[in-house]
Amino acid sequence: MLRDWQTLSFNAVFGLLSLISVIVLAGPTLVILILSFTGEEALHFPPASYSLRWYAALIDANELQAALWVSLKVAVISVSACVVLGVAAALGIARSEGTVARGLETLFLSPLILPALAFGFAALMLFSILGMRPSTLTLAIGHIVVCVPFVLRTTLASLAQLDPALLDASRSLGASRLHTFRTVTLPLISPGVASGAFIAFMASFDNVPVSLFLQDARTQVLPIYLWDIIQNQLDSRAASACGVIIIATVLMMVLMERVAGFSRFMK
Amino acid sequence: MAGALDPKPRDWALALPLAAFFALFFIAPLGLLVAISFETERQMTGTLGLGQYAAFLSDGLNLAVLRDTLLVGAKATLLCLLFGYPLAWLCTKVSARWQAVLIFLVVLPIVTSVVVRTFAWIVILGRHGIVNETILALGLSAQPLKLLFSETGVVIVLAQVQMPLMVLPLITTLQRIDPNLESASRALGAGAWRTFFKVTLPLSLPGIIAGTILTYTACVTAFVTQSLIGGSRLLFMPMMIFQQAMDLQNWPFAAAVSVIFMVSVLLIVAMLVALSRSRAARLYG
Repeated sequence: MLRDWQTLSFNAVFGLLSLISVIVLAGPTLVILILSFTGEEALHFPPASYSLRWYAALIDANELQAALWVSLKVAVISVSACVVLGVAAALGIARSEGTVARGLETLFLSPLILPALAFGFAALMLFSILGMRPSTLTLAIGHIVVCVPFVLRTTLASLAQLDPALLDASRSLGASRLHTFRTVTLPLISPGVASGAFIAFMASFDNVPVSLFLQDARTQVLPIYLWDIIQNQLDSRAASACGVIIIATVLMMVLMERVAGFSRFMK
Repeated sequence: MAGALDPKPRDWALALPLAAFFALFFIAPLGLLVAISFETERQMTGTLGLGQYAAFLSDGLNLAVLRDTLLVGAKATLLCLLFGYPLAWLCTKVSARWQAVLIFLVVLPIVTSVVVRTFAWIVILGRHGIVNETILALGLSAQPLKLLFSETGVVIVLAQVQMPLMVLPLITTLQRIDPNLESASRALGAGAWRTFFKVTLPLSLPGIIAGTILTYTACVTAFVTQSLIGGSRLLFMPMMIFQQAMDLQNWPFAAAVSVIFMVSVLLIVAMLVALSRSRAARLYG
């Protein structure tokens, strides 16, 4: 009897807590998504009426669109660099043993736990000493540092699962190192690389702490523009802009899950 | 990897481009940050000393900001653990199909913009938000609660925004635990709670520590959430660094604050790592 009651109470408590977690994890995103279709002036949940007016209002929101283009440009530049630098570094680290390789891995992953805002400020001071004015380039450099850990981590994870016998087979059949890389290694690690690139893209697109220091008036990025209007005037276009971001994110995530099984690289 | 056939000791050279990039744009700026923090004059005249550190540490208000930042992070991390652990546990108990759905739900917030998620909370926690309307409708309180711009609000939102970072390492660890151990404990007469506290929880400690490190470091530096939910009256370290650096243009002081903040966070991470090592040594000897 006592044990039945124990099992029951354990499952009840754990089930209830995880149910709350699921609701709390998904809830806020759903609230914004629903709110973005409001027909009212003020952002009040649940909306009294629904319309696409705030989505239509995005069409001539010039500043917002300019910020979106800056963010996309920076994200594309930095993710391209992250993939080239990160995949090469992952190959180098995975193929070497010893303290140097481990040390480099720790160094490359450290931006994940170091306060990003302190790094953003430090980068600003370096650029100002070098005489580099805030631009798309300074933004991209800052974003590469904070986004490359994602590509490195997922690529290392997929390299660890690679069967070395496949490489030996390819080499013993006469393929060159480059050919082996192109026809064996790369196809097998590409889900990891693609997942890392996706996470890095979203991290760059969403970055505020580093961009705050490395942008100027001409290169304001989207999350900072949104942060600004949410903090100051709570413009209803913020909701529809967030709606667009949510829909695009979910679509990309479903796509990445299909082609690369990306959620397994998040563990 | 190609080692068996053709050992190439120069493969590590592939890591050199990123190493050079990091030397130039990660290590050099951080070195510069430390160097500038020793400038005693705001105009950076080259006089070095510990003046900026003394200025920070001798002011009780600054120390309170540091303490609040570290404490709010700790509270949010504990909240993440309390709710994230059962969710991770559930993920390992359901069928593969449901597990995929749950993991998708957990991962979605990580890739969704933090600004978007924090914005949602403003609508939920505001004076006329869902939470307050429910509380008023149920008659639980006569006045709307002040959830926005309060520390409670910051803790709740930080916990929600960063919870995936806690849940994912926990799922990995819980999946690795041999289910026979739990069955054995149950067969020997221990109830569900006792089995959990004596078997599952100790074995999942590596996942708890890994999740705690990721969640904690993310919470204390979560500038967007802290400033949007905390408002202008609750000051945390990231905002303090930003104000000193950009609004007041006091670079040496901002640099010293950054160094103190980074060292505090790294010390806490080091303590957690040491804790996990000592526990692992005791468990697996």
